[in-house]
Amino acid sequence: MNVPIQTEGRVSDGTLLEVTDLKTHFRTERGLVRAVDGVTFSLERGKSLGVVGESGSGKTVLSRTIMGLLPSTAVLDGSVKFAGQETLGMSPKQMRHLWGREMSMVFQNPMVSLNPLMKVGKQIMEPLDIHLGMDKRNARETALTLLRDVRIPEPEKRLDQFPHELSGGMRQRVMIAIALACGPTLLFADEPTTALDVTVQAQILELIGEQRRDRNMSVILVTHDLGVVAGHTDEIAVMYGGRLVEKAPTKQLFANMKMPYTMSLMRSIPKIEDPSHTRLLTIPGRPPDLVNPPKGCGFAPRCAYARTKCLEERPPLVPTVESDDHVYACWYPVGSPEFEERDVEILSRVGVAGAAS
Amino acid sequence: MAGTGNAHLRDGDAVLRVEDLVVEFPLGRKGTVSAVAGISFDVLRGETLGIVGESGCGKSTTGRAIMQIETPRSGSVVFEGTDLTTLSFGDLREARTKIQMIFQDPISSLNPRRKVRDSVMEPLDIWERGTEAERDAVVDAVLENVGIDPDRAAESRPHQFSGGQCQRISIARALVLDPTLIICDEPVSALDVSVQAQVLNLLEDLKAEYGLTLLFIAHDLAVVKNISDRVAVMYLGKLCEVASSDDLYGRPAHPYTNVLLESIPVPDPEIVVVGTSITGEPPSPVNPPSGCRFHPRCPAADEICTTTEPIMRPIGDGHFVACHHPLVTPVSVS
Repeated sequence: MNVPIQTEGRVSDGTLLEVTDLKTHFRTERGLVRAVDGVTFSLERGKSLGVVGESGSGKTVLSRTIMGLLPSTAVLDGSVKFAGQETLGMSPKQMRHLWGREMSMVFQNPMVSLNPLMKVGKQIMEPLDIHLGMDKRNARETALTLLRDVRIPEPEKRLDQFPHELSGGMRQRVMIAIALACGPTLLFADEPTTALDVTVQAQILELIGEQRRDRNMSVILVTHDLGVVAGHTDEIAVMYGGRLVEKAPTKQLFANMKMPYTMSLMRSIPKIEDPSHTRLLTIPGRPPDLVNPPKGCGFAPRCAYARTKCLEERPPLVPTVESDDHVYACWYPVGSPEFEERDVEILSRVGVAGAAS
Repeated sequence: MAGTGNAHLRDGDAVLRVEDLVVEFPLGRKGTVSAVAGISFDVLRGETLGIVGESGCGKSTTGRAIMQIETPRSGSVVFEGTDLTTLSFGDLREARTKIQMIFQDPISSLNPRRKVRDSVMEPLDIWERGTEAERDAVVDAVLENVGIDPDRAAESRPHQFSGGQCQRISIARALVLDPTLIICDEPVSALDVSVQAQVLNLLEDLKAEYGLTLLFIAHDLAVVKNISDRVAVMYLGKLCEVASSDDLYGRPAHPYTNVLLESIPVPDPEIVVVGTSITGEPPSPVNPPSGCRFHPRCPAADEICTTTEPIMRPIGDGHFVACHHPLVTPVSVS
């Protein structure tokens, strides 16, 4: 069951994270960068949410805001409730009580995220000591168990090795072991597999899913790859220009995309089942300037389906007719007569038939 | 020799013909890294050959060895009838104008302190092609063709452009000398999917317009399939399988190709992920496994795979595989 993202105070018992109208802006010389600009969603315990978007969509800033990992130039507004407690604006000292034990993060690049001068075992034992006050012997035992959990071969030997002695996939497994060390209830995985090979990527995604089920942990998987979220999340939130533009349970989203942006993203991915030299449908232009965002819909300047209204008025996030769980922000969504009229035209122009499937 | 063999080389107008290429890197007393271990392939005029494989499989080293950026230990690299491995430095420089490269990270492959138009102009200046006015005309035309405003390029430095635009500029720089062959080393893997599609379409258009032959190196199987006519799969310095792209993806014969295809995350939640049939990661190329280099991770491996290196053999329709137990039966060699 999913909690609708309109927050009317009706929070089911299972809600772990509740984000309301969150704004993260940065002061820069050019002006105020609206990296996250009014995002609302909630996440139940044990569920996984995929946050999808292009670079500059605000997906990484969103997860860092919730984690409290922002530079001092950030200007915050809105609310982030973690297990009922307001965490937005907490000092790093206060956040430290949550880091590790309650929420932790797996970063994109395992090589730069691990300390190259510290043995792997010590890096896993460190949070156990700091956050749980575990003594050395117990910590070492736990570290060993964690390495087994993330299926690192010869775990005893690995404890005393340095990161450079491990392969990329193994380093990412170590990162996951560190993130899991204190038994967090919420795990952020920010592009956890982007630096990895496809065979290793599949293994890592399965590992995160398995640990989520075993530990009844919530996971926020941040990625630009719709393929990665499709098989490994319960829900998907699509971000564009710092805003949520569509959110739905994963199967509903793929079966019934409403935002032309989500659909265009899907269409621009080369499909393995298409014959070679299939012309790809592209999204022209670039993501919006976050200092001077467009007046209407943020995607309108790049949207092949945009009309005058889209450039003038910003569409609100509304539920679909079929389901309250599925929300989108578009005046002329996929399936509307205005959309279909243009789509026939576009598909015939590029000579792609049935590319929507 | 060496698990590859040359059965898959074709007669015909090959722009590039690589035979038994070996590239090794010394590790001092610890031995050598066997990065590329005797691979052969050819690229016909106007064709796009995709080379696909995981990191460390030697695909980038292969591209660099063709350019003679890495000196091959042995083997030949015949480009337009000339073996590049035998050329003097001066002749090699001349030959290299006909082969250009595009790299993965578009921003760091442009000089951050120069105006991008100057970077695109530089190859023409070095080779003193035409008059100054002619050079200007060539650069402007090429920039227009890749979708970059020449006036903006004359005033701006790389950091003022997005990643996709920088990749377009790198492509323009590769084009100004009117090359025959372009080696693209992971040209779209640093880009967002929407921009990736733009660059792939652009490469297809330019290939037709400039009559190019492409060697496209990437790890993303769907991207490689989209742009390639023929695809070669590499694993740990060896070729596993070569076929036309539709054929390779339609009926993969090598267990490794099959594993790669299985591992791709499909953007469709209705497709149940059955789990990958492969564990672990590629072993170190310092001490590569005996016999078939894939045997320690292969679901079909048996005794012979640990001792004897498989030789490339035909399985019909220009499809070749180097495996003792291919998933598709080989045709008997007549």
